[in-house]
Amino acid sequence: MATIRQEMALPAAAAGRGSALTTILTAATVLLTVVSLGMIVFYAPMERVQGVVQRIYYFHVPMAWVAYLAFLVVLVASVMYLWKRDMKWDRVARASVEVGVVFTTMVLITGMLWGKPIWNTYWTWDARLTSTLVLWFIYVAYIMLRSYTPDVERGARLGAVLGIVGFIDVPIIHFSVTWWRTLHPAAVVAPTLERTTPNAPPQTVITLLVCLLTMTLVYATFMVYRTGLERLRDQNRELEQLAGR
Amino acid sequence: MTDASTGTTPPTASPLDTAILRAEHLTRRYGDAVALRDVSLSLAPGDCVALLGPNGAGKTTLIRVLATSLRPSQGALTVGGVDAVRQPARARSQLGLVGHQTLLYGDLTVHENLRLYGQLYGVPDLAARIAEVLHAAGLENRRDALVRTLSRGMQQRAAVARAILHHPRVLLLDEPETGLDDASQTGLRELLREWAADGRAVLVSSHRLEWVQEMANRAIVLREGQLVDELQMQSPSPTRLATRYRELVGTYLATR
Amino acid sequence: MPPFARQVLVLLEKDLRLELRTKDALSAMLVFAFLVLVTFNFALDLRPELMSTVGPGVLWIAVVFGATLGLGRTFASEREQGTLEGLLIAPVDRSVLFIAKFLTNLVFMVVMELVSLPLFVLLFNVPVQPLPVMGILLLGAIGLSAVGVLFSAVAGNTRAREVMLPVLMFPVIVPILIGVVQAMGLAIGNDSARDMPWVSLLIAFDGIYLAAGAIVFEYVLEE
Repeated sequence: MATIRQEMALPAAAAGRGSALTTILTAATVLLTVVSLGMIVFYAPMERVQGVVQRIYYFHVPMAWVAYLAFLVVLVASVMYLWKRDMKWDRVARASVEVGVVFTTMVLITGMLWGKPIWNTYWTWDARLTSTLVLWFIYVAYIMLRSYTPDVERGARLGAVLGIVGFIDVPIIHFSVTWWRTLHPAAVVAPTLERTTPNAPPQTVITLLVCLLTMTLVYATFMVYRTGLERLRDQNRELEQLAGR
Repeated sequence: MTDASTGTTPPTASPLDTAILRAEHLTRRYGDAVALRDVSLSLAPGDCVALLGPNGAGKTTLIRVLATSLRPSQGALTVGGVDAVRQPARARSQLGLVGHQTLLYGDLTVHENLRLYGQLYGVPDLAARIAEVLHAAGLENRRDALVRTLSRGMQQRAAVARAILHHPRVLLLDEPETGLDDASQTGLRELLREWAADGRAVLVSSHRLEWVQEMANRAIVLREGQLVDELQMQSPSPTRLATRYRELVGTYLATR
Repeated sequence: MPPFARQVLVLLEKDLRLELRTKDALSAMLVFAFLVLVTFNFALDLRPELMSTVGPGVLWIAVVFGATLGLGRTFASEREQGTLEGLLIAPVDRSVLFIAKFLTNLVFMVVMELVSLPLFVLLFNVPVQPLPVMGILLLGAIGLSAVGVLFSAVAGNTRAREVMLPVLMFPVIVPILIGVVQAMGLAIGNDSARDMPWVSLLIAFDGIYLAAGAIVFEYVLEE
């Protein structure tokens, strides 16, 4: 009977694998975050109509980008899991859902914080926010499904199905909600906040791009730590089971 | 054509080219628990193999994997030369299962259930075949009774009828004698013996010794998901068999 | 008849026969849909002038709630009786099982809609062009059934399936919700000609989810 160590084939640096890369990534992310914050405060021009509040845009839009990117990653990981049946893909999916739901929540919150001073209302059934809210529900459904499925393999499989089927819906939802809103505009008619005007000064665009890059790196860093954590959790569970036998 | 009575042989010794069913290195995990670990076996025409082991050894899991209702985490299964993973439909049409549950619809009649499965399996001459099978199971006068109104014994016979309806080459049974009275058990045993003699293979899991003794030509023993031994049924006497079984798994085989 | 179609019809016949005999699902769905319609009357101030805008939503919500009841049962009963395993070990493609269950639930939903629509007209005095409205309800039911059967099988594996089915379904069927309500509003307002875009949306959704469901179903049912 092989020893536990052999059975697990524990790599020598299970948690610390690729730790050099991780450190570099983390450092780069922190650095870029500082730079972006600086740009948001000092470099980006003041918007005429909305004033300082408009700077939330530099958080809101990149977070929305990441929220959808995270779900795309869930799709890819789901397909890969069903194809290869390697647990590492399920860990990526799990991690991306958790990070994704956080970013999605932040998109909704920043949207509301932005809305109150501008429209004097926290929530308006604006097309983009509404679609994002529906995305949020799909994320939450995934999390609930996994938590209700104790068997890890079955949870991975069902989660993968939901990841694929849910993602297919994202463009359909976006399209139908937008269409609905153009026919039935919201009670408070608000200018779409996300799009920069054609005359936006280059500083706005540059700041936005830097923030997009930063947010993507933040996502990547979270993902690296989260998947590492999930792997440790999986290994811990397997060890517990072996010990219990 | 069996390979019994040649003394103890290693588990996978059946001549591979005549094997109707071949399972290789089957492993099945349930989340963190391992229900089956590296189980290999093969069934040749005429084989009537008993699957023995204490509760929780993985007998039901093994039977379900062989029936293809469970996917193995690792390993391969070939039925009649067909890879069960690559051509599941062809493999399944050669398998029959009598499990813990009858797999019959309680609110349909015996006849309706048989017609349903007959059509799903594409059985030719279905009406005649149903009549044949009802006769073999002794259920002709229960043809139009709702399955849930039948006694447990009759339901079990209907389940067997369903399992053999499509002429499978391999019949898998999971403790089929539970709930049956002695007469029914004898009847079932005879049915299976005839059936196996017809060039097919039977795998029966059981706790009861007389099943094993009178019907099987081989017995394989499972413990904690692993195949621990294979016993030839012709040579050992009942007491020798019981002793050997106790050695292997530390419990008594029920004798009555 | 190719085996696929034959197997689907055999399974459909089985489900319909069981339903005729036990009358489990359909009666519950009908009663519940009716109940929801009546409840709306207490919950909302449904004045006649509002009905053309609010009416379609009221009817469709009643249909969705009724449908969810039937969908929840569709695999649960097979699992409880153990018959699902019998179907899984038969040489039946998983997509056959999906299409068969989809058709079964579609039939139930259409029957429910055929009863609910007159009830709706009766209770709320809304004049409708029956044919366009039934057509829209049918398209909605197709999408609802496809998504519902898929998620019913997914949720059926979990500990709290009654909770999981709506939580899984409702976000995903938002496009159907929007499409059906918009198209019906136009139909009720005698403006069916402008329906086409919404109808195309529904048809596209239905097609996509029927295909997707048939493809992924084996991963859901595999054990």
